[in-house]
Amino acid sequence: MKKELRLTVNGQPYEVYIKPKTLLVETLRDHIGMTGTKRGCSSSSCGACTVILNGMAVKSCSILALQANGGEILSIEGLASGAELHPLQKAFLDHGAYQCGFCTPGMLMSTKALLDENSKPTTEQIKEGIDGNICRCTGYNSIIRAVTAVVKGEYKEEK
Amino acid sequence: MSKYSVIGTRVHRVDGPEKITGSAKYTFDIVLPNMLYGKILRSPHPHAKILNIDTSQAEKLIGVKAVVTGKDTLGRKQGIWRRFTELCDEEILCREKVRYIGEPVAAVAAVDEDTAEEALDLIEVEYEPLPAVFDPLEAIKEDAPQIHEGVELNINVTRHIEWGDVDEAFKKCDHIREDQFKCSSQAHVCMETHDAVASFDYSGKLTVWTSTQSSYYIQRLLADMLDLRESDIRVIKPPTGGGFGSKFELDSAQFCASVLSMKLCQPVKIVLTREEEFTATKRRTPMYYYLRLGAKKDGTLLAKEARVITEGGAYTAMGATALYLTGFFSSFPYKYPNYRYDGYRVYTNTAPTSAMRGFGAPQSTFVGESQLDMMAEDLGIDPIELRRKNGMTPDYEVPGQAFIQSCGLHQCLDKIDEHIKQRGKLPPNHGIGVAAYGFMSGGIFNWFDTPYAFSAALVRINIDGKVDLFTGACDIGQGSDTTLSMICAEELGVHLEDVRIHSGDTGICPVDLGAWGSRETLMNGNAVQRAAADAKRQLLEFAGAKLGANIVYDMDIKDQWIHLVDRPERGVSYFDIVKEAIRGRDGEIIIGRGHYTPHRKGMISPAYSFGIQAVEVAVDTETGRYKLVNVTTAHESGTVINPVGIEGQLEGAIMMAGGYGFCEDQPMDEGKILNPSIADYKLIRSLDMPETKILEIDTYEPEGPFGAKEAGEGLTNPTAGAIGNAIYKAVGVRINGLPITPEKVLKALKEKQKKIK
Repeated sequence: MKKELRLTVNGQPYEVYIKPKTLLVETLRDHIGMTGTKRGCSSSSCGACTVILNGMAVKSCSILALQANGGEILSIEGLASGAELHPLQKAFLDHGAYQCGFCTPGMLMSTKALLDENSKPTTEQIKEGIDGNICRCTGYNSIIRAVTAVVKGEYKEEK
Repeated sequence: MSKYSVIGTRVHRVDGPEKITGSAKYTFDIVLPNMLYGKILRSPHPHAKILNIDTSQAEKLIGVKAVVTGKDTLGRKQGIWRRFTELCDEEILCREKVRYIGEPVAAVAAVDEDTAEEALDLIEVEYEPLPAVFDPLEAIKEDAPQIHEGVELNINVTRHIEWGDVDEAFKKCDHIREDQFKCSSQAHVCMETHDAVASFDYSGKLTVWTSTQSSYYIQRLLADMLDLRESDIRVIKPPTGGGFGSKFELDSAQFCASVLSMKLCQPVKIVLTREEEFTATKRRTPMYYYLRLGAKKDGTLLAKEARVITEGGAYTAMGATALYLTGFFSSFPYKYPNYRYDGYRVYTNTAPTSAMRGFGAPQSTFVGESQLDMMAEDLGIDPIELRRKNGMTPDYEVPGQAFIQSCGLHQCLDKIDEHIKQRGKLPPNHGIGVAAYGFMSGGIFNWFDTPYAFSAALVRINIDGKVDLFTGACDIGQGSDTTLSMICAEELGVHLEDVRIHSGDTGICPVDLGAWGSRETLMNGNAVQRAAADAKRQLLEFAGAKLGANIVYDMDIKDQWIHLVDRPERGVSYFDIVKEAIRGRDGEIIIGRGHYTPHRKGMISPAYSFGIQAVEVAVDTETGRYKLVNVTTAHESGTVINPVGIEGQLEGAIMMAGGYGFCEDQPMDEGKILNPSIADYKLIRSLDMPETKILEIDTYEPEGPFGAKEAGEGLTNPTAGAIGNAIYKAVGVRINGLPITPEKVLKALKEKQKKIK
């Protein structure tokens, strides 16, 4: 039978009733209606579903929603502050660090989590940070350039 | 200073803001009121008769709304070679016989995906397994099982290309090489799997949102299969999560969702799982290649012969085109005076093989460039020198086949030569290999409806100066929406922000064959430029009258300023003229039309891009493992319209083409693909990605919009060949089969050592 799940997504508390087997990605997309988070494989291999749960990047297709009960989630919809884009988003735009865009929400959340943990990663650490995210279009190097530009302070957060 | 104000500038993609904020709505994200979810039952057998399908238990399951099989269809067969009925061989929902593991036999629509999935287990299909054949070399034998009625030796399509006198020429050669190669399959691995939302309503009209490279093809193929009028079907392409050649044929998600929706008059959504994507969508064509190459002592290549047998899989698909193009591009990018190609596409009981980025040319480039390096060594000539001696030049005619206008191959060769020299002496077990290539800018051929390919565009200027650009081109991530908007803005003399593009929607857009064969920049670009020019002419007529200028052609628009070309300060604001012109026409807005079709440009393509790539590898001789250290590409694609886009295409191609050479493979057992997941299908990830460098060469293509040509697909051709040549340079072993795995390298190293002992 359905269970109650409470979680906070992008600062907003939600209460939903879901089957216990429901995945976090399904809850976000189908129950809460935030379709920015993608699903590319359902086997935790492609990273398109990456969100930040309690400060850590997780693949939301490999977590039962109930495991996130009481948790705080940041998804792609919460990355920008209103109309003000996050520095990573600005850098992705300038460096053409996306093409089809399907991996981009996951890629942005992975790099955000990386920079939250280590604000000065080396190129190798950036590569490691996105090794769990497949991008079939860009060949990754533009993504690495974009993140590097943010690390160098070329994109300031305007607050 | 550039004579252009939009072209060649570094801009944000027009779809950028929505893609980096998660607000872009892909087909995958679409939810409609009253929508159902579909799932497809697929054959577990590679070859079997369907004796009976019992859907009664599945229909009884609560939440199931409909179950359909081939009997619920009109039983028609379709194919992308639509002008040749014998090549339209795929029913999609098959009625009598399955021919590969994964072929659809039934589809369910239910209130949610779980229920639909559960219903699949309740469908009873009675099969009579038939003998199956998986390898084209076996399938071509007299006693092999017949896969399609009446198709002798399972030969699906043959292709012959010939010029000169090949047999005579070989007699004059000082040295002849004969080599055999095997090219493997490859999966497209689009991040968005094939998906569709089909909505048939009581007015008798069908709307399909789908992740596709060609709304136009899908609209017409659905009309054929469903017996609807084309104009009663609207195909809309939302942002699309990759294509790479996998998404311009009618697929099972589109067809089954449409059949179910027509039965129920309710929207039905089908999203293929990643496993279905790997096992039951089309893939790159595996090829057996035999090559004979003859040269004079001085390195002049006199004759080449290529014989190819391709693994067709169960259906024709677009594989017939791959057979054609691999044969044509086997002659590239060199001036062979004598050339012969014989290609055979053979049906097998495996998933159909078809188009994938490069479309037969990555195969021909791998084998051709491998053999060319072997020839260079035999003759004692530097590999780049050999390529220089025989490489294509501007204004060259491929005898009886094609006209090449712009060609920067020789500049590319010079640049790469410089690059290799700059790298200097390499560490032990490092090697740099090269591969040269060329590719087309859209096919002239069209086997779908008309003999020629075509593109059209429409430009509408609104009273506030905002320009609506309508085109059938499909942006699948490669960036055509941005490139075409830039072309429109440049021609019309407005800013990129003034243009709003509407693409890939058959309900409102003019026709275009879609995004394949590197068509969009040149073909659609020409149509867009002409449509913008038509609209501009109308504005200039009005402005000319107002300014009292003598003739229209003395005027132009740049940077939103309509002016006399010789006296740029004498002019008037674009916005003012637009307003006045529309008012003067009693409110009728300005519409410009443009069309492009490449008449009298040979048989293949109106223009070709060229380049050469150098790959540096570092080989671990203990394990056979190797690392891609650096990939440097000297490349020319005519005028660069969108530099950020080209960088992205080039680096992305290296990920995909490097993967073809390095690690990507689809091993099979009795027709079953053994690695149908992203965990098991090895792709180049960020840590494997080499350093990349681009050496852009300036050329100008007279046939292209502002001098532009193809810039994304040709780049998939050289990498596998360059990797093979680099491995040879590094450790002296030659691998003739793709992918070049550590196991193959290690085995070859051991054999080499045995020989030395």
